[in-house]
Amino acid sequence: MTTLTMTTLDPRSRAARRGLSDLSIRNLFIIPTIIFLIVFNIFPLLYSLGYSFTDFRASSNAPANFVGLDNYRTLLNDPFIWSNFAITAKYVIVSVTGQVIVGFGVALLLNREIPFKGLITTLLLLPMMLSMAVVGLFWKLLYDPSFGIINYAFGLGRFEWLSNPDMALYAVALTDIWMWSPFVMLLSLAGLSAVPKHLYEAAAIDRAGPIYTFFRITLPLVAPILMIAIIFRTMEAFKTFDLAYILTSQPTTEVISIRLYKMAFQEWQTGMSCALAYIVLIMVIAITNIYVKYLNKVKER
Amino acid sequence: MTHIELRGVQKWFGAVQVIKDLNLTIEDGEFIVMLGQSGCGKTTTLRAIAGLETIDEGDILIDGKPVQHLKCSARDIAMVFQSFSLYPHMTVYENIAFPLRATGMGKSGIDEAVRAIAKVLRITELLDRRPSALSGGDMQRVAIGRALVRHPKAMLMDEPIGALDAKLREEMRAEIKRLHVKQGSTTIYVTHDQVEAMSLADRIVIMHEGVLQQVGAPEEVYQQPQNLFVAQFVGSPVMNVSPAIVRSEGADVSVAIDAAVPGFAFPPELLGKLNGHAGSGALKLGIRPEAVLVSRQPQPGYVPVVAHIIEPLGSHDIVDLKVGAEILRARTPSGFVPKAGEAVHARVDPAQAHFFDTSSGKSLGVRL
Repeated sequence: MTTLTMTTLDPRSRAARRGLSDLSIRNLFIIPTIIFLIVFNIFPLLYSLGYSFTDFRASSNAPANFVGLDNYRTLLNDPFIWSNFAITAKYVIVSVTGQVIVGFGVALLLNREIPFKGLITTLLLLPMMLSMAVVGLFWKLLYDPSFGIINYAFGLGRFEWLSNPDMALYAVALTDIWMWSPFVMLLSLAGLSAVPKHLYEAAAIDRAGPIYTFFRITLPLVAPILMIAIIFRTMEAFKTFDLAYILTSQPTTEVISIRLYKMAFQEWQTGMSCALAYIVLIMVIAITNIYVKYLNKVKER
Repeated sequence: MTHIELRGVQKWFGAVQVIKDLNLTIEDGEFIVMLGQSGCGKTTTLRAIAGLETIDEGDILIDGKPVQHLKCSARDIAMVFQSFSLYPHMTVYENIAFPLRATGMGKSGIDEAVRAIAKVLRITELLDRRPSALSGGDMQRVAIGRALVRHPKAMLMDEPIGALDAKLREEMRAEIKRLHVKQGSTTIYVTHDQVEAMSLADRIVIMHEGVLQQVGAPEEVYQQPQNLFVAQFVGSPVMNVSPAIVRSEGADVSVAIDAAVPGFAFPPELLGKLNGHAGSGALKLGIRPEAVLVSRQPQPGYVPVVAHIIEPLGSHDIVDLKVGAEILRARTPSGFVPKAGEAVHARVDPAQAHFFDTSSGKSLGVRL
């Protein structure tokens, strides 16, 4: 049952004197947003769906020919695309796991009475507020083998973070972890402070040790909100582009969105890239759905 | 065998002292009720015994061993909280099994213990439910089950039925009493409800502003309150307390509660028992409503009074009698005084009168 709460327009108001009704005011607010959404989101989405069934190239004047599911067939049979997906999956797992461990860990440390707690929390949130491009550029400097501060600080000599093909993806993931752990921390902190204190007292009375309490009380009760953080971060990591693109151009860091970008704007295979974009979209929705299902199961109790 | 002793316990919250030099010994199998208003330090004392609160001075001994520096887990004491504190993400079974699992007990042993305690508490059919699907009384049963399942040295209860409605409270009170009789575990129970305290306790501990006022069996604290606070806190309706003016004319001794009206007759021994306090003028007379006798006809020894307010309670009435400027509440059979404003006659039963020193509030221990 939904209850409609809409107050009627005061007839003495300025708006009413100008001949506006409740309905026209509502439309005035909503219609621009809807138009914006249609023009910039829904229309391209549908338009690209059409292109994904053609061999259209935006760089030529040749007319687009309908090729059916050919684009999808080609892409799904392309081992290079699959290796891009494998790289993306590896990146998502490393980066999200890292963010959850670091973010949740820091949240656990902050979830107590400490001096300057507010200040510390705000400072820890700073990375999240920076622009991706800026983060990419200055981490490139930090990683620099000859003058980078990371090698200097850890005494790694001339260790090559970004030009070493085996290391580059982890270096990108590390930057992502640095940037987005605060996000997980923020949500975890909200979840942790929502766990009633008396449950911890009950657990202490029940003679549960700290580790048992953590795994049987804290974690299950924070799980729903932690899950939301994981959903957000997985979606973002799956679509990651800026960081990987700016930091390095190794083939081992060619995540799916970089492949997509190259296909669309360097090779001008517009139709094919639309098909790939749809494959990525379907995958992201599928993965998110798995999480959402699990989240609902967790929330039931 | 569990023997709990508090020796000179002191506790401050910042500048406020919430427990003041508390000494108390609790014997094995005893049901102790700590009674007092909110903020009197009773819950803090309980939490200190449990290990949830540190104390600043003194010793807490369990079986002769000081435990004030030990964590809760090392004290082996169970506690039932007012908010029940059930684990919301676990079923009833898992909740009760929690203390056993936490200490790494074997699966079959846990199952046996959980089912046994569920049977005692009559919650076997609820074992698969989650706490959110339980009624208040059942939640309380689960909380008690979780506390009892591991056979703790002692059981602490912090207003365990304070959050329930009146009818359920009465039911759970009987249930707790039944359980205690059956399990015989040493229990410390905190409440602000004196009816609960009277009905459950082997001994009642009355606290006020962090100071222990009196310890004794329910009859004892009811019949022989050691000070004004205990006298007025225990018993419902509240004991009448009025300034007492002792008059003696020849062999007749009377006690008036208002200078303008005749006094109630008392036996002449009173003067001796008051031990010189009679003339000081700093006396208070305490008299419970059931010790105020009301008569509709004038009788020797009765003083004329006016019925002011009548509270009909079904089984009996509480009648406010105007004695001069003072009010004396009396307990009468229902309908005994037909309406307010009626002139009746009253006397107090000297055997049930209490005399207190006004300045210290202490009982003079007069028994007639």
